[in-house]
Order: sequence, then structure tokens, then C-alpha cells
Amino acid sequence: MTGAEIIIECLKREGVEAIFGYPGGNVLPLFDKLYDSDFKFILTRHEQGAAHAADGYARVTGKPGVCIATSGPGATNLTTGIANAYMDSIPLVAITGQVKSYVIGNDAFQEADVTGITRPITKHNYLVKEVKDLVRIFREAFHIASTGRPGPVVIDIPSDIQQQETEFVWVQNLEIRSYKPTYFGHPGQIKKAAKFISASKKPVIYAGGGIIISAASLELKELAEKIQTPVTTTLLGLGGFDEKHRLSLGMLGMHGTAYANHAIMDSDLIIAVGARFDDRVTGKLDAFAPHAKIIHIDIDPSSISKNVKVDIPIVGDCKNVLGQLIKEIKKPPDTQEWLKTIDSWKRKHPLIYKDGDKIKPQYVIEQISQATKGEAIITTEVGQNQMWAAQWYKYSHPRTFVSSGGLGTMGFGFPAAMGAKVGCPGKIVFDIAGDGSIQMNIQELATCVCNKINVKVAILNNGYLGMVRQWQELFYKKRYAHTCLHNPDFVKLAESFGAVGIRVTKKEEVRAAIDKALSIDNTVFIDFHIEPEENVFPMVPAGEAINRMIGGMA
Amino acid sequence: MRHTISVLVENKPGVLARVAGLFSARGYNITSLAVSETLSHDISYMTIVVDAEDEKILEQIKKQLNKLIDIISVTDFIKKEHIERELLLLKINYSAKEKTKIEGILNKYLAKVIWHRDNLAIIEMVGGQEEIKQLLHNLDKFEIKELVRTGKLTMAT
Repeated sequence: MTGAEIIIECLKREGVEAIFGYPGGNVLPLFDKLYDSDFKFILTRHEQGAAHAADGYARVTGKPGVCIATSGPGATNLTTGIANAYMDSIPLVAITGQVKSYVIGNDAFQEADVTGITRPITKHNYLVKEVKDLVRIFREAFHIASTGRPGPVVIDIPSDIQQQETEFVWVQNLEIRSYKPTYFGHPGQIKKAAKFISASKKPVIYAGGGIIISAASLELKELAEKIQTPVTTTLLGLGGFDEKHRLSLGMLGMHGTAYANHAIMDSDLIIAVGARFDDRVTGKLDAFAPHAKIIHIDIDPSSISKNVKVDIPIVGDCKNVLGQLIKEIKKPPDTQEWLKTIDSWKRKHPLIYKDGDKIKPQYVIEQISQATKGEAIITTEVGQNQMWAAQWYKYSHPRTFVSSGGLGTMGFGFPAAMGAKVGCPGKIVFDIAGDGSIQMNIQELATCVCNKINVKVAILNNGYLGMVRQWQELFYKKRYAHTCLHNPDFVKLAESFGAVGIRVTKKEEVRAAIDKALSIDNTVFIDFHIEPEENVFPMVPAGEAINRMIGGMA
Repeated sequence: MRHTISVLVENKPGVLARVAGLFSARGYNITSLAVSETLSHDISYMTIVVDAEDEKILEQIKKQLNKLIDIISVTDFIKKEHIERELLLLKINYSAKEKTKIEGILNKYLAKVIWHRDNLAIIEMVGGQEEIKQLLHNLDKFEIKELVRTGKLTMAT
């Protein structure tokens, strides 16, 4: 077999169904073989779109996403998507063409040191030097990408290696001596944690993306109910715990609910599960949860005690460790008083916004939530749209909220929605976008239309880079330096690509537009002209303690 | 505080860059670095000496090192008994008058001349960092033309 044929065979055996990519000179041998293959190949209009689409695909299916690009600019265009997947622990295998092996380092046409460039933004990467290594490398890449704390793996393959011939020998037993993630919690630590939990009076569970990755939602619910402990989730943890549940506190942190932040600050025990105490969650570190002991469950030892000092570290897979904990806890803590306090906070400081005659973005998202009965897959761009989508859509199921958490990549949501729709064709996929973000990967409209990938995009159009404008309003004396946008006509723009565009300028048209979009078998842009200077509240100013919130209080 | 960290790694291209990258990404300078193959040719042993400005950051670097796929194990010798050695080569220019004096110093530190021509000699010394420092101190009134050191090697006892 040729190297290219071996790659195809490896992808098949790894169970790959969909591939997102873009051809070019140094991946031509591989594309020639893709031509005869049965994969669903989605030609994006930009390599960044391919990487985000593969990322979105991975987030909703749990399977590694696969993207392919050529050498040099093709590969460098993937890098934002790779870094995005790295920050959010998303399994991704990115295949890049490379110049011929014997000219590497000679500044050949379309050459870039891809393993060098991607080293700090991948879980691992490979430069294939010999065709006989391909099978082992592909086996390792898929294994590494999808196990332990998942992440992106890059395989950089010179074009001559794609053409060389060798015998195909499948690697049955994979052995990577230096890579052995810990999946079960240390029994001694579990015992200690159980004791701490039993003795606590004001416990809070703080659940992150690890809940989604390890499919631990059921265990999380079981534990929360068993120990009658409220649950707050991070942005990436949304969907990991049903927000309609009595014990749900919604999201915490900079734009979290007041009651989640108060609960954390007042708690005597934080049970952190698959979360990493990001600065958007903790606010001012010295002031974070001053009375709380901390149990931290994470599969990645380097996440533990990175930002906050942890009392009981437990390294392991969230699902397993929660299972172990549920078994170990003999005496649930008495949290009745605590839950009463939390209920009073919920009544006193609900998540609110001031409705009016103009279209409020929060209202739009509530309407999308109702129209889709909370059952859609929501992707977001980054900024105000992302925070409103996190606050006002009611998530009940894991893998229904797709957002760029760690890297905060504008332009992520639309290609990610595309990937999500390919992964879950039976589901409604809605990208909640801003007028700024949507223009960062708007070329993917062509991909959606050509491949009949039917996604809905709600553009919360305020004519600003809204989140930056909000910071300028609050912290830079309303000096709106380069945040005012002059936008294209999004309706005509959508139509020019063969998609459908709907403009909504009146509040009473909002729901009808959403319903209409849902009934159309095509990609639809809904251009909501929202209140231009609406802010995301509550908000914890950067560097403040998380109970020092401004705005949005009843 | 100065830490000596040993890292067992897969003997593959790019591994050194991965290791070094974790230090450089945080603005940490590696004071010395020694790398070589071990008994098995597919495993290399690195000894890294680094000054930690913040122990928490170093802790994080060590955890991140452990996370790298090609790294087999990481040991920080700060609380571990171990032997340290370094090899020093230096080229010295001396006059006939100075010869006996220099020989005396070399004998004291078990250093030896391994090459010489006219008034130029290359001296080799193996020792701990403190001994090497003392030797250099004793020789600093002579004309040292060139100096190279391997960086520290360590082995747990």
C-alpha cells in the first residue's frame, strides 16, 4: 500500500466517519485516495473552519474529530482551531501535509515547521519520517487524543511519505510506556473525601467540562441528590447537570448567577469535579471561598493545586471517582439549613434583565430555548452572545452546549455548529452569534449550503463588538475605541450564498422568526437587531472577589 | 531556589524541544542541561538545573513534564540524596615560572593536563560544582583562554 492508502485504512479502522478539510499541493496524494473512500468529506472554505468543525463534531459525539490541511498556510490556518481544542480538552486528530521529507528545512514552497509551531498547543504531535511508522503513529494519535485528558494530536506527513509503498501491518496491541492516565481515585483519598463531605455543613459541587468528557452526568446527579448538595457548573460544564433540577445553581464566575457565587464564597466545602479553577471562575484568588476546604477531582494531575490550594486531591476519571465516592459516603451531611439559605438567595437575586420595547438579547435566547424546548444543540461565538447563551438557554443534557471556553475564539460557533450538525444530523443546531464574531468565519455559509448542513444562526446584532464595548463603557470611560461595526446586510449576504436570511427589528416578530427558521430546510441567518448597548449582568469586574458583582440584581 | 531535575525520556527527535519549551514558555532560564543515552539506547537521561523564582511554578512545570507523552519519569533531587558531578575543560596560557604553582593547584583538585603545546595546556577536571568553583577561583590569577563545562550530571544514591 502507499502511505496515503495506509492513512485511509487507519482512519477507517479508527471508526472515522466524517472528515473536514481543505486540499493543497502537499496533501494531493492523500486527497487522491480520499476521492475513492466512503468518508463523509466536508470541504470547508477555510482551514480554520475545518478545525472548528472537527472540534464541534467531537464535542457533540464524544468521538475524535478529524481535519486535514495542506502544508504551510494550510497548517498554520488550522492552528487557532488546534489551540482551541487544546484549551478545552477536545479530542482532535489534525492531519497536515508537509513538503517532501528531503527538502524539510530548506524553506521549500509552502513549508512551515508544523510540529514546532503546534508543540505547545497539542497533546502530542508527530512528523512522519518513514512510511512504515504510519500505522503505529495513527494508532497512537487516536489513542492519545481520546483518552486521559483528551486533546488535539497533529500528524505531519511529507508528501513523498504519502506516496511511498510498504506492507500494511496493523498494530494490534498499543503500548506507550510513558502514557498511562490514572482512571480510578486512590481509595485512601476517597475515604478522606467522604469524611470531609459527611462533616460539612455548607458543601457545593463545582462541576466542569470533565463531567461532559467522562460522561459522568448521572453520577453527578446521584451524588448531588445523595448528599443534598447544590451544583454549580462552569461554562464548559453546562448541560452536565439539569438546570431545572432543584439543586442547580446554574453557572458560576464572572457572569455566573449571584446565588452560585454567593454559595461558593460562603461554602465550607467545595467538591470540584473536572474543573480547573480558571480565573474567570475564581475571580480574585486570595479572596476565593475563604472558608472552604477543597476536594479536587481531575484526571490531569497538573490541573490540581495549580491556581488554588487543594486539601484533598483525587486524580482519576470523574465518572469513576464519583462512583467511588457515592459508594463510600455512609452518612450524608445535613444541608437543610444551607439549602434554605441558597433558596433565599435564589429568590432575592434571580437572574434578571429589564425587558422593554426593543429586542433584548436575553429575550431572544429565552425564545430560542422555548421554541426548541431546551433540546437543541447550542453553539456560541465569543463575547456577550456567549454569556447570554450560557445564562438564558436552559440546558438539560450533556453535549448540547458547544462553546470556546478556554481560548475564547471568536469565529468558533458557526463552523462548530456545522461540525455538530454533521455529528448529530437529527438535532436542531443553533449558533448564537454576535455581529462581530459571525464575520470571522462567515465563509462557511458556502460549506453549509453546498453540503446541505442545515444550521440556524441567531445573530445578536448590536453593531458593536459588544463585550469589549461593555468593558470600555464600565472601565474605559465609554471611549469606544474601534468597537463600533459597520456591518453588511446579513440577509442579502445569506441569500447570496444560497442560504435564507430573516431580519427582525421588532420584539413581537422574534418568536415567529425563530419558528420560521426552524421550519426551513436550509441554513438560516436570523439578523436580530437588538438593543445596542445592552450589557451582560451580573458581572464580576476582573480581579475582584466573585461575590462582588455589579448589575443585574433585583 | 536552585533545583536539579532529572528526566528520563524517549530518545526521539523533538523531545528536548518539548522539555525546553515548558521552561521557556514561562520565562524560565535553564542554568545547565546534560543529555545522553542510558543503558538502553532508546531512552535518554536529562539533567536540568534551574533556578525557581516561584516554587509553585516549578511544581507546575514538573507536572507538565510528567504529562508529556515522551517523558517516562521526572525526579527533583532537592530532597533526595544524590551524587553530582560535572566535567570542566579549560585552556590556560602559562609561563615557565607559573608551571609548578599550577601543577600544585591541579594536584589538589585532582585535575589534570590532557593536552599541551608550548605554553598552552588544556586541563580537565571532574568534580562537584563547589570543587570546580574552588579550582576556578585558585586559577583566576592565571590566563584562562577558554572554558567549557558539561553541566551537572546526577545519580540518586
